[in-house]
Amino acid sequence: MIRIHHVTHMFKKESTKHEVKALDDVSLDILEGEHIAVLGHNGCGKSTLAKHLNALLLPTAGTVEVDAVDTANEADLWTIRQMVGMVFQNPDNQLVATTVEEDVAFGPENMGMEPAQIRQRVDEALALVGMSAFKDKGPHLLSGGQKQRVAIAGIIAMRPKYIVFDEPTAMLDPTGRREVMETMQRLNREEGITVINITHFMEEAVLADRVVVMERGRIVLSGTPKEVFTKVDLLKQMQLDVPPVAELAALLHKEQKQIAADIMTIEEMVTELCP
Amino acid sequence: MLKDITIGQYLSGDSFLHKLDPRTKIIAVILYMVSLFIVNNFWGLGAMLVLSLAVVLISRIPLRFFFRGIKAIVFIVLLTVALQMFMTPGEPLWELGILKITKEGIRQAVFMGTRLILLVSVTSILTLTTTPISLTDGIETLLKPFQKIGVPAHELAMMMTIALRFIPTLIEETDKIMKAQSARGADFESGNLMERAKAMIPLLVPLFLNAIKRADELALAMEARCYHGGDGRTRLKALQYGRRDAVAGVFCLCMAAGAFLTRLL
Repeated sequence: MIRIHHVTHMFKKESTKHEVKALDDVSLDILEGEHIAVLGHNGCGKSTLAKHLNALLLPTAGTVEVDAVDTANEADLWTIRQMVGMVFQNPDNQLVATTVEEDVAFGPENMGMEPAQIRQRVDEALALVGMSAFKDKGPHLLSGGQKQRVAIAGIIAMRPKYIVFDEPTAMLDPTGRREVMETMQRLNREEGITVINITHFMEEAVLADRVVVMERGRIVLSGTPKEVFTKVDLLKQMQLDVPPVAELAALLHKEQKQIAADIMTIEEMVTELCP
Repeated sequence: MLKDITIGQYLSGDSFLHKLDPRTKIIAVILYMVSLFIVNNFWGLGAMLVLSLAVVLISRIPLRFFFRGIKAIVFIVLLTVALQMFMTPGEPLWELGILKITKEGIRQAVFMGTRLILLVSVTSILTLTTTPISLTDGIETLLKPFQKIGVPAHELAMMMTIALRFIPTLIEETDKIMKAQSARGADFESGNLMERAKAMIPLLVPLFLNAIKRADELALAMEARCYHGGDGRTRLKALQYGRRDAVAGVFCLCMAAGAFLTRLL
């Protein structure tokens, strides 16, 4: 379990020397095997929160514990980074090596594993994201979605319990987005890896077990997708989009009370209207 | 257009030289360079010439690659030959005012010219038969013993790897920025040298800014993947010497010893 306990994070802005509160007394427990989506506007603090989970940033006040290990504990830094993997937004800027398999091997190499064991993990990880056929290719020859899958394989090869996805689909085309989301869900359901998806796409948040909405460094809403997305007015107030189907359901519900308000997908809507 | 640029000009193949360990090849090239400058008579030079031709044939690299390399240094070779010919003191063969060609001068010119051409051809075999990755690995392992005296072997190799990784990415980006600027009326092709250099500024500014941003993000991603320098780091593909390397090593030592012996003739 990852326990975020009353975390506040202050940034000093270079230009103005002003202190900015990026996180303001945030508390959140992330359970094992959970798929959780963190939603919010640019600058709401969701990326800052993500970087606290594997000690890339340390809290100014409060604590973050990964499986009861405090991230501020420098002696456990590499254990924490191995347990909590992180996939970043720009697929190009997280691939280090000149071939796909060398890149996937980067994490295990840093952990000082034996070559034979590295080889085994690289092959497994590439198979898991369906990129085995590309193992000798240069990263620049791949599409955005493929690069992001290689980046995910690079994380899986380290056998993490948790993977934080920091807006992994923001720079991808629709095909790439679908590839990455499918991989993410498979890792969560079949491999039992806890997924924390930082995003601003509502369609992605609907797929999660739990949705957390952030605004100005605080958690303002939290619950299952159905609980969160039925609060259409509140979300609109925060200038967040609501999944179109959820918005339609809310509108219909206003007119016709027998239509349920918590409909998230097109399939659900179809069965609701034509049972 | 920029996509045509290749770095390191590696030519894939499966010759004896392609299969050698990169460390063996680097050491062999060093020994070859030393030998080339040890020999001081025509017997030795002739032997080196025959040997170099043999290596070129073993590498199975088309000859045009070597001619291309020699073409690139033709000016330097001519300059060296001319300087040696006119500036070496000794028994004059031909004189015109202050210009004079001496017997020793011609000898020196032939030596230096041949040496330069052989040097460029044989060292280019190293990059032609070795992938940039294994070349980097080779340099890293060879420099490792010097780490104790402050040579940053791992860091150098890491920098080279990242540079190789990002060259295609940055070329692609340059292409994109150029197209974006051209679409808004920028002109990179006409004008004199000064004007063209000036037109490059709006190209370089975004390119550099982006490169710095990339470096920042890459450093973060590397840290998140437990990167903490070369200490305790292992490799997926560890370099390994084979029987081939022993053969090549013995051969190179013989060459160096032979070169030394020719001086006694």
